[in-house]
Amino acid sequence: MSALKIKKGASSHSAYDLRDPNAEVIGSHTLAVLVDNEAGVLARVIGLFSGRGYNIESLTVAEVDHEGHRSRITVVTTGTAAVVEQIKAQLGRLVPVHDVHDLTVEGPSVERELALFKVAGTGEKRVEALRLADIFRANVVDSTLESFVFEITGTPEKIDAFAELMRPLGLVDVARTGVAALARGA
Amino acid sequence: MSRQMTGARMVVQALKDQGVDVVFGYPGGAVLPIYDEIFQQNDIRHILVRHEQGAVHMAEGYARSTGKPGVVLVTSGPGATNAVTGLTDALMDSIPIVCLTGQVPTFMIGTDGFQEADTVGITRPCTKHNWLVKDTNKLADTIHQAFHVATRGRPGPVLIDIPKDVQFATGTYSAPRETKLGHYQPKVKGDLARITELVALMEKAERPVFYTGGGVINSGPGASQLLRELADATGFPVTSTLMGLGAYPASGKNWIGMLGMHGLYEANLAMHGCDLMINLGARFDDRITGRIADFSPKSKKAHVDIDPSSINKVIHVDIPITGDVGHVLEDLIKVWKSRGRKVNKDGLAKWWSQIEQWKLKRCLSYKNSDKVIKPQYALQRLEELTRGRDRYITTEVGQHQMWAAQYLGFDAPNRWMTSGGLGTMGYGFPASIGVQIAHPDALVICVAGEASWLMNMQEMGTATQFRTPVKQFILNNERLGMVRQWQQLLHGERYSHSWSESLPDFVKLAEAFGWKGIQCSDPKDLDAAIMEMIDYDGPVLFDCLVEKHENCFPMIPSGKPHNEMLLGDASTEGAIQAGGAVLV
Repeated sequence: MSALKIKKGASSHSAYDLRDPNAEVIGSHTLAVLVDNEAGVLARVIGLFSGRGYNIESLTVAEVDHEGHRSRITVVTTGTAAVVEQIKAQLGRLVPVHDVHDLTVEGPSVERELALFKVAGTGEKRVEALRLADIFRANVVDSTLESFVFEITGTPEKIDAFAELMRPLGLVDVARTGVAALARGA
Repeated sequence: MSRQMTGARMVVQALKDQGVDVVFGYPGGAVLPIYDEIFQQNDIRHILVRHEQGAVHMAEGYARSTGKPGVVLVTSGPGATNAVTGLTDALMDSIPIVCLTGQVPTFMIGTDGFQEADTVGITRPCTKHNWLVKDTNKLADTIHQAFHVATRGRPGPVLIDIPKDVQFATGTYSAPRETKLGHYQPKVKGDLARITELVALMEKAERPVFYTGGGVINSGPGASQLLRELADATGFPVTSTLMGLGAYPASGKNWIGMLGMHGLYEANLAMHGCDLMINLGARFDDRITGRIADFSPKSKKAHVDIDPSSINKVIHVDIPITGDVGHVLEDLIKVWKSRGRKVNKDGLAKWWSQIEQWKLKRCLSYKNSDKVIKPQYALQRLEELTRGRDRYITTEVGQHQMWAAQYLGFDAPNRWMTSGGLGTMGYGFPASIGVQIAHPDALVICVAGEASWLMNMQEMGTATQFRTPVKQFILNNERLGMVRQWQQLLHGERYSHSWSESLPDFVKLAEAFGWKGIQCSDPKDLDAAIMEMIDYDGPVLFDCLVEKHENCFPMIPSGKPHNEMLLGDASTEGAIQAGGAVLV
């Protein structure tokens, strides 16, 4: 695998966005949607995606301002630049939506996801799992004589890579939070 | 006045404070407290409908003919689900509606209670926004916010679901001016740099066209006035979508007719051949564009729309302007005048002579008959005999709707009510009642087909009860005409279930509800019969028996571009090919 393999559409690897906005390239975009934390707001956002045939790759949501009752929804979606523009506009016209940012094109951003991995096994496989977890800076948050639960934080790609390595070592269960993301800089 | 009151009284108070004078509704268990309050006051008139779908269409007719939001009050469960078609219709056509629904008490929500439905869940995709109010103290604020959301930006339907215990409980009322309306404040002013860019293109354009839509009507009469001023000053031709008819007068010198699937030859060819398309409050609907890849291939396109999601949704445009049509036109005219009122006179002269050439096709001509009434002839006579009167037209959906758009002329906005986006059969008759309630002395005519009209015929009782002298002009071909036309063109003339079997005797039906019934089948009697309908002081059911197999032309077949229109029966063979056949 070449070290220069850059994921299309993701700018977390580069400060430059060199893509033609009219090109029919399908890319992955991370959208940050700030909403009023009111009943049904998540259903509105999800309903918009399913009703208009857009993809959701991952979605996280939590209240980020308790006094102001604001929640932040981070959606990773795929589409051509025109489709993603349309998704942004459609989200923007929902009444409880305050702001929509496409973190993928609006400049550099950081993306992190948290995952829990349950790996069962004994002997050499168990030692190897622990060694790899150390390399990936995953923490052991539960252990028995036959299993570990690892906690890992990173980009979705890092978590995918860790999952690939754990699979032959006795991977039993995975829980992932989906991506949380913020723009870099002040 | 005490600011402490029950939720039910708050509803009535909030409606009064919002200037509501009429509510279309139907009572039921979950709205009884509100109906009790309505009983004890005289400021708000309640129109008792016969089916909740009718209530929403009436409110739509009221809203579209006045520019004010229409208000609907229905009960929980079936009351709410019956309203869904009307709400969806209002969403598609951007009509401001405030719909109040009753709900089972808060402590019963989720228990599958009697007449319980997840109303906010069901109506979430068919309203602009909706609310479930669980606290009486928040009820008044929510109603005021609902009016704000329904009428600001791109108008649309909103719904407030009110559990019965919230109606009974006492809380503090807040007036509209005390209500925080939140952050929902859509931008109305367009970007001046973009507007100037558009003016620069207008000064040079050789073949410009204004493509106007329902947004001009929704922006208010001022926007229609500005459109007239700009079109007349520049000399640019004006075409309009179905929803925009009347914004520019049909008698105006720059009018080139409606465009789209059943639009005029000259309008569609002007759209295809123009070098500058100025879209004012229209949304590049699929009935307008035909095949996207071949849509107006050589033009620069500007799009003015208050809804940013309409821009670049279907057609990529060169100059997007987000804003209210009225505000943008005002700035546009100012900039154009300040730069010296320039237009490309030579280019325009050539363009108009080209358009005059296209007009010579006389695309609306048809073979008349002295034996049987042609539907086009019926509408021409209706136009002739009602033009100049204080007239409002609603329609049902189908061939008659397209013929009405082609053969009736509208010189003012808010005079034409039709279901454009959703294409709801059953819209026109209740809508005509809503229009008549708002304009008691006007001549309100619903142009209908017999099949569409039957879909909400229960509202005959409403018209009788509230003495609305609505005229139902039914072009009766005993067919689902548009379905039959498509089956002829697309499905080998296999007319699967597209005829109207077991029709009622419309004259007797009229009499059964205390209406006047008129039947006419001879072209020679038509004028007198129409006059009899107009002169009668009360609702009239006009059964106009027309030619049964007439097709609606011109027509752009599905999947074809504007310049491949069908003009008449001779050219229809094999018109729709496999690719187009899957389209609606």
